[in-house]
Amino acid sequence: MATIALPGQPAGWPARWLEPGRLIPLCAAALLLYLTIVPLTMLVYGSFRVEGQEGLTVVNYITAYSQGRTYRLLFNSFVYATGTALLAFALGTSLAWIVERTNTPLRNWFYGLSLVPIIVPGVLGTIAWIFLLSPKIGWINTGLKAILGLDDAPFNVFSIGGMIWVEGLHLSPLVFLTMVAAFKSMDPALEESAMMSGASTPSTLRRVTLKLLLPAAASGLLIMFVRGLEAFEVPALIGIPGRVPVFTSEIYLSLRAFPPEFGVAGALAMGLMAISAAGVYLYHRMINRAGDAYSTVTGKAFRPRVLDLGRWRYATAAFLVVYGLVIVGLPFFILLWSSLLPFYQTPSLKGLGFFTTENYTFVLTYPRAQLAARNSLVLAAGAATGVSALTAVIAWITVKTRLPGRAALDLLAFLPIGIPGLVLGVSMIWLYLTFPLPIYGTIWVLIIAYVTKYLPYGMRTNSSAMVQIHRELEEAGQTSGAAWWATFIRVTLPLLRPGFMAGWIFIFVVSIRELSASVLLATSESTVLSLLIFDLFESGKQTAVAAMGVMLILSLVVVVAVVSKVSGQFGLRS
Amino acid sequence: MADGSNGRSLAVEDLVKVYPDRREPVRAVDGVTFEVEDGQFYTLLGPSGCGKTTTLRCVAGLERTDRGRVIVDGEVVSADRPRVFVPPHKRNIGMVFQSYAIWPHMTVFENVAFPLRVTRTGLSRAQLRSRVEEALAMVQLGGYDARMATQLSGGQQQRLALARALVRQPRVLLLDEPLSNLDAKLREELRVELRNLQRRLRITTLYVTHDQIEALSMSNRIAVMASGKIEQEGAPREIYQRPATQFVANFVGSTNLLEAGVRGPGSGAAMCLETAIGQAQASCPVGVTAGERVTLSIRPENIRVHTAEPAGGNVFPGVVEQLMFLGEYLDCRIRVGATLLLSRQHPTAQIRNGDQVYVELPVELCAVLSDTHGISSSAYLGEEQERAVAP
Repeated sequence: MATIALPGQPAGWPARWLEPGRLIPLCAAALLLYLTIVPLTMLVYGSFRVEGQEGLTVVNYITAYSQGRTYRLLFNSFVYATGTALLAFALGTSLAWIVERTNTPLRNWFYGLSLVPIIVPGVLGTIAWIFLLSPKIGWINTGLKAILGLDDAPFNVFSIGGMIWVEGLHLSPLVFLTMVAAFKSMDPALEESAMMSGASTPSTLRRVTLKLLLPAAASGLLIMFVRGLEAFEVPALIGIPGRVPVFTSEIYLSLRAFPPEFGVAGALAMGLMAISAAGVYLYHRMINRAGDAYSTVTGKAFRPRVLDLGRWRYATAAFLVVYGLVIVGLPFFILLWSSLLPFYQTPSLKGLGFFTTENYTFVLTYPRAQLAARNSLVLAAGAATGVSALTAVIAWITVKTRLPGRAALDLLAFLPIGIPGLVLGVSMIWLYLTFPLPIYGTIWVLIIAYVTKYLPYGMRTNSSAMVQIHRELEEAGQTSGAAWWATFIRVTLPLLRPGFMAGWIFIFVVSIRELSASVLLATSESTVLSLLIFDLFESGKQTAVAAMGVMLILSLVVVVAVVSKVSGQFGLRS
Repeated sequence: MADGSNGRSLAVEDLVKVYPDRREPVRAVDGVTFEVEDGQFYTLLGPSGCGKTTTLRCVAGLERTDRGRVIVDGEVVSADRPRVFVPPHKRNIGMVFQSYAIWPHMTVFENVAFPLRVTRTGLSRAQLRSRVEEALAMVQLGGYDARMATQLSGGQQQRLALARALVRQPRVLLLDEPLSNLDAKLREELRVELRNLQRRLRITTLYVTHDQIEALSMSNRIAVMASGKIEQEGAPREIYQRPATQFVANFVGSTNLLEAGVRGPGSGAAMCLETAIGQAQASCPVGVTAGERVTLSIRPENIRVHTAEPAGGNVFPGVVEQLMFLGEYLDCRIRVGATLLLSRQHPTAQIRNGDQVYVELPVELCAVLSDTHGISSSAYLGEEQERAVAP
């Protein structure tokens, strides 16, 4: 008793905060704050400023919101986003149901296929559909005209309907994956007990299955709505020529104007932000509430109940095949076809005679293409690594600690979901034009933009993987004598690896596709593949674009297939 | 490992841990004090939510305490004034978790080597290997070192967790319900093994469990906890035979409780009590005087059942109301007046439903609880005890 030694451990606050166990999470939190809050603050600030004038003003808002045209934008954006969300949702949910809950043939083979559209850059999908549905050069239109003897093209992609079709198709695999996960995680005993209580199959479906899926469905719809609002490729490539202006295309145009109307773009961006933030807020609330009230629907994977469709299973199989053709087969075929021609024409036997490899030669020897490919690779790897590392620490804070403010960190990391790429681009321009960090116009500003934009994805995979790690596994590290950092590196990270890798691959792939922020931030030196495709298409080099697209898609598919074989993980985590 | 040196290896003084809650803060541990002597096996026993695991986690440093001190091997590792907090990795303790917390990404060898590697013991590769192999041999896992930890069975994982906790020869071993995830047979086996290992190594051990059999069979001393406080502390026999409170009597084993009033001195050292089933004699704690309200506790296995009236005192006539055959023994519920008494008989006992019998409560086996510490009996009594208590 007399010899109680007080440890030499310093207990004062500065020393305590300098331990790596505190310092590293603290730095991660600060970085997160910097990545999300600072650009948004700059956006707000910039929208109240006019070039060359002192002080703040609301003149941008007056210019932007006093025109009737802006309300047409609002209306168009709303219709476009809603239509897109509904189409994607209807397709994705029916596919998920067919694949998860029925005995339809071919369903097992469908998973791999559904990943392809996620890999294909949106700009290429959009271009492919222009090749297919343009009133003048669209293959489907010319084909139908010839077969049915029509005078006018039956479809016009350059319309709000065409835009919804292309974007909705494009987003449907995401809904499919979400709903498959929801179906998978539903305990079949819940349905079985309804049936044992005397409910018929349709009544079980209506009263139990659908009710249980409601949170997943509603949040899925909301997030598709937000993505529709934020979409850039379709509004730019189809909406602008089709004279269907929406928020994103208008922001783009006002920045491309001479002189660029930064202030007005900012004011419009604020409007877009507000709407999508409202959507994200609702989504977040729904997810949180669903987490509490419907906790039976999360967690373990169950073996689902499979419904025997009888003969109808051939009809559902046909649906899968048609969908596969529409979403992968047709777009890829038309790109491949165009890539082999010296100038674009619709597929025909006669066209075979013009086949040439000169587009491929052109792309392979085009110096800008090499530069863009190198930049895209560096950016994608950098962004994927940056996001994964940062969100691993943030997820650790939000999942494993009881630190005050962890809920705010969770929200911050999720915030960029509600920041459209263009808006992010606008705020980054402001930030790095005024901020004394000379990275504007370099690849660094793109990396920062990508990291910010994809934080939510990294956060989602890492935090769901972090939840799986039993608290005692880390505590065993500490009681074994390992300090925080050693435990994190040697225990937590290795256990996190499946989620970490899945997140990394996903962010790598979506970074290659990224266009909406790059279009504002990239210069001729820091150009990227998706932007190069966009520029080449705008300047009329359709067949070269097709060749580039074919090569890009094939290499991405190979990369993803190899990596997911190796890590065995991709699939449903995206 | 520490041997021979006397004195206390682990001391917890007036420990308080408060969890903030939306409505009002919960005092998970509320002023707990105990000492574990060197080489002793000390158990915190209690129902879930009694604060035993929180106490253990405070000792480990996995929770920060709000008040009180934790002293390990003479070193204050946690105190409120002056503020001291030694992080868990600097406390040199070994801990076995309820889930074993075996790292699935490491082999058996790597799991055990981890504590030696991260603490930079300066061991050579060969020394490290021999230390790890020694630890594995100690828990009968020799030869398993190259396996992935996930390929082990539950019992083997439990042993592996023990080897990992012991490998760096910690000052104190902490065990958090280590046997609760095993099936009954294996649990019995490992109970014996764990006890023998602890006695052999003479390592100071703090054990947390809700299982009275584990506590009684393995411990040198037991502290029974409820609502964040220690209800009673003592050797296993003392806890079982002389429970201090109704809670302890009920939680450790099952018992019959009879409300009683003290009438006066009885024969010998016993006192005469007035209970719902009649007058009974029992020896009371020192200080109990006539007129006081007390509770008489008698274990089911201590109630003797006779078909003919035996000679001697503390005998009451009753009717067998329910019989339940449980394999190892026969549970008889016998109505005496308005009270149901639970008696545990050998399964061969010739007793039938409806039999008129005589129950004998041997004076030396009746315990009298004088201090209920304000714990209301109904909150903790099981259904059968509630019925057994006089209405």
